[in-house]
Amino acid sequence: MPTIYIDNKPYEVKEGKNLLEACLTLGFDLPYFCWHPALNSVGACRQCAVKVYKDEADTKGRLVMSCMEGVKDGMRLSINDQTAKAFREQIIEWLMTNHPHDCPVCDEGGSCHLQDMTVMTGHDYRRYTFRKRTYKNQYLGPLLHHEMNRCIQCYRCVRYYRDYAGGDDLNVFAAHNHVYFGRDKDGVLQSPFSGNLAEVCPTGVFTDKTLKEHYTRKWDLTMAPSVCNHCSVGCNIIAGERYGELRCILNRYNGDVNGYFICDRGRYGYEFVNSENRIKQPIIRNRTGEAASEEELMRSMGTILTHQKLLGIGSPRASVESNFALMQLVGHDNFYQGVSEAEAYLTRKIAGWMQTGSIRSASLKEIEQSDVVVVLGEDIWNTAPMMALAVRQSVVKTAAAQAAQKTNLPLWHDAAIKEYVQDQKGFLANITVAGSPLDEIAAHQQCLAPDDIARLGWAIAHELDASLPGVSNDESLLQQAQAIANALKTAKNPVIISGITCYNESILTAAVTLATACHAKVGFALPECNSMGLALMQAPSLEKAVDRMQREGDSFTVVVLENDLYRNISATLVDDFFSHCRNAVVIDSLHNATTEKAQVLIPSATFAEGDGTLVNYEGRAQRYFQVFVPAEGIIKESWKWLWHLYLLKMQAGNGHDHYPNELLEKLESVLPQFKGITKSSPPRHFTIHGERIPREPHRYSGRTAMLADRNVSEPKPVQDNDSPFSFTMEGFKGLPPAPLIPFFWAPGWNSVQAVTKYQEEPGGSLKGGDPGISLFKEPTQTTPLVFHEIPEAFAVRHQKWLLLPQYHVLGSGELSSYTKALQELSPQPSIALSAEDLQGLGVEEGSSVQLKINGTSCMLPVKIQKGLPKGIALVAAGLQGSPVMSWGEWGKIDGMTNGGE
Amino acid sequence: MFSHIRTIWLTFLHLFKKKVTIEYPEEKVKLHPRWRGRIVLTKDPDGGERCVGCYLCAAACPVDCIALQATEDENGRRYPEFFRINFSRCIFCGFCEEACPTYAIQLIPDFEMGEYKRQNLVFEKEDLLINSQGKYPGYNFYQVAGIQAGVKGKGEGDNEEPPVDVHSLLP
Amino acid sequence: MTVTQHVLIVVGVLFVMLNIAAGLIWVERRMLALWQDRLGPNRAGPLGIFIVVADTLKLFFKEDWIPPFADKKVFVLAPAIVVGSALLSFVIIPFAPGIVVADLNVGLLFFLAMSSIGVYSIVLGGWASNNKYSLLGALRGASQMIAYEVFMGLSLMGVVMLTGSFKLSDIVAAQQDMWFIIKQPVAAIIFFIAGIAETHRLPFDIPEAESELIAGFHAEYSGMKFGMFFVGEYIGITLISSMMTTMFFGGWLGPAFLPPWAWFFIKTFAFILFFILLRASLPRPRYDQLMETGWKILLPLVLVNLLVTGAVALWTRG
Repeated sequence: MPTIYIDNKPYEVKEGKNLLEACLTLGFDLPYFCWHPALNSVGACRQCAVKVYKDEADTKGRLVMSCMEGVKDGMRLSINDQTAKAFREQIIEWLMTNHPHDCPVCDEGGSCHLQDMTVMTGHDYRRYTFRKRTYKNQYLGPLLHHEMNRCIQCYRCVRYYRDYAGGDDLNVFAAHNHVYFGRDKDGVLQSPFSGNLAEVCPTGVFTDKTLKEHYTRKWDLTMAPSVCNHCSVGCNIIAGERYGELRCILNRYNGDVNGYFICDRGRYGYEFVNSENRIKQPIIRNRTGEAASEEELMRSMGTILTHQKLLGIGSPRASVESNFALMQLVGHDNFYQGVSEAEAYLTRKIAGWMQTGSIRSASLKEIEQSDVVVVLGEDIWNTAPMMALAVRQSVVKTAAAQAAQKTNLPLWHDAAIKEYVQDQKGFLANITVAGSPLDEIAAHQQCLAPDDIARLGWAIAHELDASLPGVSNDESLLQQAQAIANALKTAKNPVIISGITCYNESILTAAVTLATACHAKVGFALPECNSMGLALMQAPSLEKAVDRMQREGDSFTVVVLENDLYRNISATLVDDFFSHCRNAVVIDSLHNATTEKAQVLIPSATFAEGDGTLVNYEGRAQRYFQVFVPAEGIIKESWKWLWHLYLLKMQAGNGHDHYPNELLEKLESVLPQFKGITKSSPPRHFTIHGERIPREPHRYSGRTAMLADRNVSEPKPVQDNDSPFSFTMEGFKGLPPAPLIPFFWAPGWNSVQAVTKYQEEPGGSLKGGDPGISLFKEPTQTTPLVFHEIPEAFAVRHQKWLLLPQYHVLGSGELSSYTKALQELSPQPSIALSAEDLQGLGVEEGSSVQLKINGTSCMLPVKIQKGLPKGIALVAAGLQGSPVMSWGEWGKIDGMTNGGE
Repeated sequence: MFSHIRTIWLTFLHLFKKKVTIEYPEEKVKLHPRWRGRIVLTKDPDGGERCVGCYLCAAACPVDCIALQATEDENGRRYPEFFRINFSRCIFCGFCEEACPTYAIQLIPDFEMGEYKRQNLVFEKEDLLINSQGKYPGYNFYQVAGIQAGVKGKGEGDNEEPPVDVHSLLP
Repeated sequence: MTVTQHVLIVVGVLFVMLNIAAGLIWVERRMLALWQDRLGPNRAGPLGIFIVVADTLKLFFKEDWIPPFADKKVFVLAPAIVVGSALLSFVIIPFAPGIVVADLNVGLLFFLAMSSIGVYSIVLGGWASNNKYSLLGALRGASQMIAYEVFMGLSLMGVVMLTGSFKLSDIVAAQQDMWFIIKQPVAAIIFFIAGIAETHRLPFDIPEAESELIAGFHAEYSGMKFGMFFVGEYIGITLISSMMTTMFFGGWLGPAFLPPWAWFFIKTFAFILFFILLRASLPRPRYDQLMETGWKILLPLVLVNLLVTGAVALWTRG
């Protein structure tokens, strides 16, 4: 460990870092703009100047940009040197000459890096009296607002958008002091990671447009650590509330999972919480006055629960606690997964393999740090966007690491490395059904039918380990397999990524076999935020529940937990299901087709109104915390309702309330596969120096006025019995433990850049370790998983198409689709075929075709999917209005009805 | 000792001095223009609301008695959707006025706000907004701000150059 | 004197004294205000005189609270002592020829005895409150009052020497030609200072010094019990003023155009006003300064005064 002297005091720092990183790690406040831990240094803004001295005797020293100077043992530098300070102040003054007088109307105000840095350098008076430069703004779509006047030309936006996220429709234009950051013309930013620009931009050029609709300053938000519930990656987020409305989602740094960024579905998909469509009151149907009070609800539920057999349908988007509480209520044998048989089967398989410990799942960070990635059959760009971004980083970083090794340049020297790397890339083999935006950076990309993908996987495995069965003599397949196998052979940290959207078990077994053969980690993208948690409960599928209903007849009362069954299996089956049940009790937060069928409808809390634990694709259990108490006090977490119902059923009148931790302890004892889940967050009684952790920043305003229109006497603040947080601004003011960070703030650091103060080092893990507990054991010397069945090559069937779902990154989320902005960006339901198939059908792109499967049919506009193999039809799935069918089956497409309707 | 006696004597003489007490309800107090009394929201010279809903007054308020919600009109001009001051909490410290970057919130020389019901001391925007520029005539925030909010076009404000032509390479 | 007359005098004195004490509430507040360039209470009734009624009513309606940690019996007794002892002192004051409750031949000694009993109210009140501020106040009060009682008594001895009697009516009669203020100026000043200290009035309100001890010995008192301390203080003021009048300013003596009792009250009232003026003008000394002045300056001075008076008395007689 080198020792450096900062203002004549020795400090030990990590090797290979630059001075800026070293100073920030040591806790010094050094201003910067263009440097970002995820984007590294380019030395463009000149803001982080420090003075470096030759030796002890040197009193003059020289100014250097700390982000461009590596750490050397014995180095002497000064942060507080007068010249360095004056230089930094001068830089800010120059930046401010053109910065508009906008702070009061700027959404960045109060969480603005430029404000922080201006205060930090001490520039407080404007001497420049000449005219300010102005720019015209652009329309960048419904997610981001553009206000170009505020730009300070740090280049972070294009470096993030182009280099990091791989977008190509944001760029820098014009010259000298007229440089312009935007698109070539007005239009929607195409990257699904564009929302991060709002956090990357150190000032207010790019701001969150949905926040603008109900703007609130950062200091006025009631915030709590949360976990994104829009896909299986489980990115950590901060959700902010004001006036009983969820206002915005911010990234919550987690070094192992999402790091500094989240995707747009996660950032903008929050508005379902404020939706008009919310269920706000218990409803008991088929009586006069359907809205019921809690008392009436409990009375009516009491008779149902004590006299009838129960059957529970769980949900992959409900927390582990809620699913478990339902299992407790209905009994283990009457608990069903609430997803289609195909999905339930595959997710159970994956969970089972993971539990053996023979293969290890890769966290996003491990994917980022891998040197070879093979994607088998999953369009992760659309089903697990942040995983795709991690794969992109692996490709970029591998090339950078190679360049650094060859040139002896430090890795943080971004511009120099980029210059050397040019178009070189790390190895990514992206094998999908219909291609994905990741193909651009893939060394090897191919579109194959699911069975062929599995065969390719087997072929690669055979190349790596000759003892495994080989694939028959398919020359081109073997050639490709060899190329990929060669890369895998030399790889140090390979990762195999797959998923279930091909609804093909042999792809998964191929991926596992391949991973075992090259000692790779695996990442299986799953459909929903708690798919893994639900799969671990090892319950049968929804179809099994339908079967049982049909078999045992009309004796069951069904309890459906946060699940729109119509999104999982075909409508006819669900209708049949409900026609057989005696009573349907549905617990959900939003009205949907399933809640229409409910005799009793119970309002449940969304992720922002309740506590719970989710298990992400890698088996990481992460706790999310209640952000605010809904105005309708009757809205409660599902597990709270289910626990009350359980007490009602047991007729244990004075049973006490259950808390998340107690439920999880019970879960651990009933289902040992969940062992360790209680450690995902500190218990509810956790305090620091006897103080709870406040959800509100210490500048929170309006406490004595916000409710004064209703009653001038302020109500007592609500007590939180479920978590170590308080609903007020009172409490512990220092650094909370990593799972309990409600917001990032440090003295002098009001913007998101304050996260540095919470990390071990910039870009490293949070102090005390990144949150989340893995439920899977460390790999041990267990017998490897062995499979033998290699599928036959895919054969096109006459007049029939293999139906597979096509998801859309922004449009396919059930809950996120309630955000107006995402709805706008979501595509219309359609069916995609290869160009040849379309020709064969004799229809034109854009016209409607009829899709028939299992006796049902639907009309969809057709489009050409480039690269899609023949004989496969991709149906847009998960969108509002998309048909639901059993994927992986064969359907008929009739083009003749064109125009006949 | 002498000083004590002198003190007593001087105090005694105050018996004949003019009294400073103002017998309030009958006799009104002369309030200075910058007297910190009732809070109002002013309008800019064009008659538009000056408040841009920046929340700085609310943040500055030591008793947290200001609550508002910012919103935008179709031109992008910010204004408060509601603006509420709970005068039963207000301590008339004037921090809100000092924090206000647009001269919108001003304390005026009026303190006669007594109410029998505390609820009546909760003032909404309609109660606060006055049709005047208050102490700072002539100031229009949107004229000096960078954004375009229906008051002026891009680059047409005070001290602004016309918008940059991205296609030009001229210095 | 008949018994009826006697009872009338007793009742009259009691009535007048209590009313003066109550009225002083208004007088003090008005006068203080005037000396501080304010108006003072002027809203309730003519010139605000009904502030007295308002104040009394307020005190009556306040919660009469006895702290749970207090010594209850003593706590209740203490305020009664202060009023009782001060009122009893008026027994010997000759308001006018013949208007006196009991013209004792040990009148002056009775007065000194009564004011000594007054100390008990402070000590007991502070002690019974079981509160450290109260106890500190009580300690200060005890030492201050005992100290000043010494030269209060000694300062009066000069007058006694000149008169040859402890009977107050004799003392007044002895001033027919010349008030004792002329013969005994030093004694008069010292007696007045000691009187202020004895009544623990400002500037010598050290036992209750708000800025140091909250309210000192009566910090825990509220309602009418506090009111009794309050009234006791005003009776004390009136008493000391009456004694000043009697001892040094010729009591009821004065030109004949006013009746004797009027002269007595005019003189007394002037001293009451002077008490208030002192409150308006002088700051409170430190506790040690007060004790130092007492023992190191006033005591020697009063002894010298006694010596000189004695010498002169012997010389003139001899």
